[in-house]
Amino acid sequence: MGRLRAITIKEIWALIRDPRSRITLFIPPLIQLLIFSYAATLEVDNIDVGLLDMSAGVHSSEFASRLAGSPNFRTIKRLQSPGELRAAIDRQEVIAAIVIEADFDRRVESGQPATIGVVLDGRRSNAAQIVASYLQDIATSVGADIGPLSRAPPGGSVVTNWFNPSLDFVWFNLPGLLVLIVSVTGLSVTAQSVSRERELGTFDQLMVSPLRTHEILIGKMIPPLIVGLINGIIYLLAARLIFGVPFTGSVALFFFALTVYMLALIGVGMLVSSISQTQQQAFLGSFLATVPVVMLSGFSSPVENMPGWLQIANLVNPAQYFLVISHGLFLKAMPVGAVLAQLWPIVIIGCVTLATSAWLFRARME
Amino acid sequence: MADHVAQARDIVKRFGDGKPSLDGASITIVPGEITGLVGPDGSGKTTLIRILAGLMKADAGEVDVFGGQPGEFLDDLGYMPQRFGLYEDLSVIQNLRLYAELRGLPKDEQAAVFDQLLDFTDLKRFGDRLAGNLSGGMKQKLGLACALVKTPRLLLLDEPSVGVDPISRRELWSMVKELTGEGIGVLWSTAYLDEAESCDTVFLLGEGELLFSGKPGELTGGVRERVFRISDFEERRRRLLTRLLDRDDIIDGTIQGRAVRVLMAPFSPRPTLDALGLASSVEIDPAAPRFEDGFIEILGGGPQGTSALAERYRQVPPGDRPAIEARGLTKKFGDFTAAHDITFEVPAGRIFGLLGPNGAGKSTTFKMLCGLLTPTEGDGAVVGHDLRSAASDARAALGYMAQKFSLYGDLSVRQNLDFFAGAYGLNRTSARSAIDNVVDIFELGDRLSVNAGTLPLGFKQRLALACAVMHQPPVLFLDEPTSGVDPVMRREFWVHINGLVERGVTVLVTTHFMEEAEYCDEITLIYRAEQIATGSPDDLKAKAADLADLDDPTMEDAFIALIQASERVEQDELRSAA
Amino acid sequence: MTRPPTFLRFDLRRVSALVVKESVQIVRDPSTFLIAFVLPLILLFIFGYGVSLDASRIRIGLVLEDDSAPALSLAQAYQNSDYFDVDMARSVAVVRDRMVAGDLRAMVVIPSDFGAAVQRGERPVIQIITDGSQPNTANFAAGYAEGVRANWAAAENLESGRAQAPPISLATRYWFNPELKSRYFLVPGSIAIVMTMIGTLLTSLVVAREWERGTMEALMATPVSMAEFIASKIVPYFVLGLGSMALCTVLGITVFGVPFRGSILALLAISSAFLLPALGLGLFISAATKNQFVASQIALLTGFLPAFLLSGFLFEISSMPWPIQMLTYIVPARYLIPPLQTVFVAGDIWSLFLPNIVIMLGFGVAFFALSFRATRRSLD
Repeated sequence: MGRLRAITIKEIWALIRDPRSRITLFIPPLIQLLIFSYAATLEVDNIDVGLLDMSAGVHSSEFASRLAGSPNFRTIKRLQSPGELRAAIDRQEVIAAIVIEADFDRRVESGQPATIGVVLDGRRSNAAQIVASYLQDIATSVGADIGPLSRAPPGGSVVTNWFNPSLDFVWFNLPGLLVLIVSVTGLSVTAQSVSRERELGTFDQLMVSPLRTHEILIGKMIPPLIVGLINGIIYLLAARLIFGVPFTGSVALFFFALTVYMLALIGVGMLVSSISQTQQQAFLGSFLATVPVVMLSGFSSPVENMPGWLQIANLVNPAQYFLVISHGLFLKAMPVGAVLAQLWPIVIIGCVTLATSAWLFRARME
Repeated sequence: MADHVAQARDIVKRFGDGKPSLDGASITIVPGEITGLVGPDGSGKTTLIRILAGLMKADAGEVDVFGGQPGEFLDDLGYMPQRFGLYEDLSVIQNLRLYAELRGLPKDEQAAVFDQLLDFTDLKRFGDRLAGNLSGGMKQKLGLACALVKTPRLLLLDEPSVGVDPISRRELWSMVKELTGEGIGVLWSTAYLDEAESCDTVFLLGEGELLFSGKPGELTGGVRERVFRISDFEERRRRLLTRLLDRDDIIDGTIQGRAVRVLMAPFSPRPTLDALGLASSVEIDPAAPRFEDGFIEILGGGPQGTSALAERYRQVPPGDRPAIEARGLTKKFGDFTAAHDITFEVPAGRIFGLLGPNGAGKSTTFKMLCGLLTPTEGDGAVVGHDLRSAASDARAALGYMAQKFSLYGDLSVRQNLDFFAGAYGLNRTSARSAIDNVVDIFELGDRLSVNAGTLPLGFKQRLALACAVMHQPPVLFLDEPTSGVDPVMRREFWVHINGLVERGVTVLVTTHFMEEAEYCDEITLIYRAEQIATGSPDDLKAKAADLADLDDPTMEDAFIALIQASERVEQDELRSAA
Repeated sequence: MTRPPTFLRFDLRRVSALVVKESVQIVRDPSTFLIAFVLPLILLFIFGYGVSLDASRIRIGLVLEDDSAPALSLAQAYQNSDYFDVDMARSVAVVRDRMVAGDLRAMVVIPSDFGAAVQRGERPVIQIITDGSQPNTANFAAGYAEGVRANWAAAENLESGRAQAPPISLATRYWFNPELKSRYFLVPGSIAIVMTMIGTLLTSLVVAREWERGTMEALMATPVSMAEFIASKIVPYFVLGLGSMALCTVLGITVFGVPFRGSILALLAISSAFLLPALGLGLFISAATKNQFVASQIALLTGFLPAFLLSGFLFEISSMPWPIQMLTYIVPARYLIPPLQTVFVAGDIWSLFLPNIVIMLGFGVAFFALSFRATRRSLD
């Protein structure tokens, strides 16, 4: 017990006092919190569109003024010709260009259905689709006010958004960022720990002491675990106090799940660390491991969008389960049963990675 | 035209606040001579060399290289930095070619020059080997070759011989000596004082100031008739040395096999048997002074003889088995045999030395005995704990101190001590008293919160020893413990070790310093994975004297003679097999 | 005797000797191999397969509280839809639990009076409930669910009598990418990240390595000037960057089916213009830190993350708060993404390429000036 305490305290000091690990410890979480939470949005706002209005009547002007009044649109560039339109789209000055044909007002006046043409930039297909839906809404609302012909009763469906009524992106981002940041720091801190001792020459010193292998391993696992838990607390507080994201589930359950997840990740980091000879290799190794873990977690795009074979391969990615838990406990008051249903795969992954890394650690002692 | 190739006068160089790294140092390098730059660690040797190479600017003082500013005529400069400046992932030939091109050696001359340099450095067989896979000695020669691809007028060598075995060191010296014959001016910085002694001129730095300059003989001359060799005594030699060093009229002393060599303080009378409390059978003979004696004196003398550490150490009870046993230890890495059938025993309370050139297998043997490597064949035991079945118990019984300073540099002194006390399973109370003890003994008190990595080398050394002995182990493993450390600190270190051995501690040491080898009770010489000779230092010297027909050989002579003899035997066997 | 300032000396022979040395190191160093070849494959793979912003089939629950024919018919319409994988359920509570668990992304509730309302000739109302914790999917789900209902209603002629076609409709046309494949912009975007990694991360590592291993000290004592040294670092990594870009391009076209409508010349011009600031930044970082670990961390923070987050590759710059938008102007990758996506998907639009190329070259010059200042020939 005394030995274990000694190595744990040493590992914690090593982490805090080494200026290099301080960089990995504090800067990524800060950057992520400040930039990622705002920058990583799939919302589309401040849109620049072009307008080629060849009708120039009351109704087309009405459309234009509603466009200008919409909070989603920033500037409306008046276009004079199809040539200008082409150039504006080509140069990405606008993401969409609206074409109102010369007979538009006449058709509206005469009660005929009228069509507004929209050309969108398929290079940014995702944003373009969202722009199209905004334009559709405006077109519908202009049409609804035109007059007797449009007595259409209000929509045939009522849409309710549970868990995040106003579909606020930050509510989605913060629980996801939490998963990201504990993964990134957890992996890099663990991956460094053994390789740093190898490179600095202290590894031999450790191996000739009476410390047992499992004591060394446990001692090295505790600091990343603590870092992960501290990050968890910081993000929990920031979400609540700065960003106003609710936390509806059980806090105890959350930290229990976080601990299990951290252990699984630490196993991966230990694997990388045991293989690496130098810190350089450990850094690259943990980077190569971090990218798929994070990118395929379901945060950047849903897991169900992946091809089937990749979904199967992704079953070993602990981040995808923890992401569900994080969103569930923040927003959905996820009950114990549902959390455990996501947790057991992480437990299996953790057992495998930890056991393998312990084995590798022993095998690589020479 | 000046008669020097480079000269620096009254150089001041400051890094941050505090005492300047160089404080008014001067040096002159003359063509055709080896100029020695000598001084303890941190005395500013490297800074001065870098200023001469144009890599740093002096804050004050005048520097003149080839009659211009440093860095102006780089075509004529050869420079070998401490780490040799080799690209480890390039082959020997690729390294040479790179530096040849960079120095503008014409293409049509390259083949001939490379040929000559590879001959000169005996690296011909390794032309295609990656520099990273060369031994320390070979790297050093390749580094020199790279500095010489285009014959320079000035050659700056920054501690070229640190961590290199005596054979390589001697070869390098003779290579450089040969160059001076061509009129090259060489600056050789070193911590080895026997090298300094062979230089044509010596500049001695201490804390950035020039303490001495002139022929080495002038420094040695100052201690003439004050050096004596005491032999044929009955007393245990370590105890005698301790007693002598505690006297005020003796400022330095070392063990030399069965004899003790002492340096008397200035103006003290010639020592008599009575005054030293020695029996009448003991002989006291004047000995030839060495540069080292003058060096120690100019730095204020060596330490006292009694070790405070040993005084507070427990008395290790003698066991019924040898403290360290190696029986047929063999280690193979794939096809390569790193150590073969190594067998020896070390009785409790003795110092046992593992000697050998770089890469010969002494580190492998050492690592097997302290449990870092599992032997392929054979077994061993430490204080009766078998290395295979009770490795953890064996590890608990030993203290370990490695070649490279291998404590945690980012942790404070206090945190390092806490960790090692805990790692060796001391409970809270005994950890506290052990730490208080070593802090007191090694005067670490006002540095407890300093990062271990920023300590001066001497204090690092003390801290490393403190961490290794806090749990009062019966056995100490020392892997090149004083590599790169200056003689005064080395003396202090050995005072402690000698004291501990008198307490019954057993020591296993690997070293390149022949002076350290002299402290050993028994030595085994390992060469090409085999044990080629085992015996006391005097035995080995006698054996070497027979083999090479030498008169009163030094330990280094013995080392070289024994290895050359082994090589001859091997060649004979090869020939007869063919 | 006047000599040119030492840092500006330039001798092709010395440069080529250094370039040869660098190339040998590239071939022998496993980390170069990892960054230049393994990492691009992983990124391409992830962005080609793993990340897709295309709406694919969304798993929804359908709560059928009514057994009438119209209700069953609408339920059938949902089951036949290409947008949804439908799980039938009898009660909202069951589906709610599955939405909490993250199994289902939305539910459609057909209420018990649905059939009756149709009978009475009223306009029946259904309820669409989405999982708001995934706003993007929630938007898509709500939109498509309503679409399915509207189509069904039109087909059943429920609404034709009252309101014909809406008075104003939108006819959308997506240029360059009519099938709306997100892969078309993700694959070129990942090439931008690959070039950032090689230019900035790899370069900063190799220069820092020279400082760390002490070879820089040996080089500085030879007649090599800093201009020669920097040139010798640029050439191999420039070539490596282009090579890696070519590898990704070929894979993107052959394996992931991304079109290539521009010219190779344009692609080369754009990539070269970007590699200069990327390399310049890498050199600057390494000269300023002289330490591989710190250099790699800073390269990640100033190279990789901005290329990923602030370049407009995944996230629309215009949607970010203005301080962050301002920040994007100093991210060279921001000027790479539009031309790169264009040269793949749209073709050669030089009026778009040229301004971006000029800006990137400007950044290149600035970064090189900075690294010249930082890489002084001195150990001070």
